[in-house]
Amino acid sequence: MSWVLSLPLIIPFATAVFAFLLRNSPLGRWTSLVGSSVGLVASIALMSTVLHHQVITGQMGNWPAPFGITLVADLLSAVMVLITAITGIAVAIYALGDIDETRERLGYHALFQVLIAGVTGAFLTGDLFNLYVWFEVMLIASFGLLVLGGSREQIDGGVKYVTLNLISTIMFLTGIGLIYGLTGTLNLADLSGKLDAVENQGLVTVIAMLFMVAFGVKAAVFPLFFWLPASYHTPSFAVSAVFAGLLTKVGVYALIRTFTLLFDGDVGLTHTILLWVAGFTMVTGVLGAAVQNDFRKILSFHIVSQIGYMIMGLALLTPLALLGAVFYLLHHIIVKANLFLIAGVAKQLTGSTELAKIGGLYRSSPLLAALFLIPAFSLAGFPPLSGFWAKYILVKASLDEELWFLAFVALAVGLMTIFSMTKIWAEVFWKAHPDGRQPALSGLVGRTSLIVPIAGLALMTMVVGLMPEPFVTFAEQSAAQLLDPTPYITTVLGPQP
Amino acid sequence: MELIVASTVGVLTAGGVYLLLRLRTFPVILGLALLSYAVNVFLFASGRLAIDQSPILAKYGEATYTDPLPQALVLTAIVISFGMTAVLVMIGLGAYLEAESDRVDIEPEMRDATDKGESA
Repeated sequence: MSWVLSLPLIIPFATAVFAFLLRNSPLGRWTSLVGSSVGLVASIALMSTVLHHQVITGQMGNWPAPFGITLVADLLSAVMVLITAITGIAVAIYALGDIDETRERLGYHALFQVLIAGVTGAFLTGDLFNLYVWFEVMLIASFGLLVLGGSREQIDGGVKYVTLNLISTIMFLTGIGLIYGLTGTLNLADLSGKLDAVENQGLVTVIAMLFMVAFGVKAAVFPLFFWLPASYHTPSFAVSAVFAGLLTKVGVYALIRTFTLLFDGDVGLTHTILLWVAGFTMVTGVLGAAVQNDFRKILSFHIVSQIGYMIMGLALLTPLALLGAVFYLLHHIIVKANLFLIAGVAKQLTGSTELAKIGGLYRSSPLLAALFLIPAFSLAGFPPLSGFWAKYILVKASLDEELWFLAFVALAVGLMTIFSMTKIWAEVFWKAHPDGRQPALSGLVGRTSLIVPIAGLALMTMVVGLMPEPFVTFAEQSAAQLLDPTPYITTVLGPQP
Repeated sequence: MELIVASTVGVLTAGGVYLLLRLRTFPVILGLALLSYAVNVFLFASGRLAIDQSPILAKYGEATYTDPLPQALVLTAIVISFGMTAVLVMIGLGAYLEAESDRVDIEPEMRDATDKGESA
């Protein structure tokens, strides 16, 4: 059991070591690809085990919980690990065509694998301090990836990214200190019971707020998102795709995990704040995107806006809303990573990402245009794509709670998303290239490795959209687990009296 | 003892926040370092303060002990924050050498304009 849990962590680390040793040879990139494929197999194995057992746990070093470091996988963790591996392999294939030899020599593939390991670890851990360590593993790898190649813009975005993330880490550590002082344990399952028994509930609320701010910075919610649009448009496209897909979602996952398992004592306060945060995040993100004129900057602001939907699902805290949040999380990772990958191909074909300087892709490469429409419409919530079901469930959940205004905001933001997507469509694909270029896919170097992941992710969006039922059922079970953590706690700690 | 530790944490945090708000690379790095010291001391104190005690559970007799877990946590946190500071110093230095300005709060294009304005 424990091997199934630890393999998705061991494989990327091992791959990172080999990729670092082979960084000067062409074998390095293939090592990364093979490692990602093996990692995908390992996470499928994890997923099928979890589907069979519901929750599985492993004690590292055989110290019994709550004393040792615990790895836990429930349905949400397992599916997040799986989707991380899917994004990982898509970006690893894409990197064959996108990452040049200079970046490879600087250790791109090793950093990428460490990043995947950090993200996976954060999803699998059952211990707060261990979560902090995985956050740091992930962050230090992402710092490296962000400034790799070292153009002035990249370093400038990097400074903001690093500073704000370090501040959030400090908040997180303060929260950990308080929680340990209060309960004497850091194991999530153990804390779940002990936090309710604490006399000083006021201090628990303070800790909840510290965690909300710390994870809020990582998830890029209003008003803590400013590092994201400042840095995500600067690194190479493979890097920004994996950032866009995974990094903020680790913050969202941490919020969902802690605010269902730990801080469910004062729902009236904490989740009302989350509800306001969700609304403002959706609106500011989409308005920010509306004024941008750069392909990647528009997409970066849309990450912020979409995070709002997931937080909204968490804040409502009904079974249907959590179902929506989980579904949205999965749909969003695939779609967002794919849009950044497409932006990369558009840049290679037309020479820029600034909307005014490019165009003409619809006429010369209709395949790319078609592949863009799938994730773009899915993001905006067109039926029958995956985004439609995600938005439908969340709006339905907020109507059930009679939060008419929030439902209206969610729908209006969807409409504004269409505006941004049509802007990209008109500028990048429809209008002729200002220099009269005819950017055709056939002239692209390494086009197979660039197009295959885009087509694969688009296909997944279509499958989720056309056959949503198994995915919705899965998200429903996962939401039920989040709302009733008893199986989680008994699996980790053994039967409770 | 409580008073000393509490005021140390307070002064370190205040100094850290002040330096962070200076918005230039070097003070920001120092500010983050001070803040992480503050949080390390705080984390250490979360296991309760006990003077002159060994961090081992006393198996025999009535001897008291100090909680070993926060010490292990602090050790990890110190190592990580040291590594982070090193990375930040490198990135900050790179930004300064590339842009010849060490403001952390504005965009590169705006920075050129502001710096010229300041020197004029």
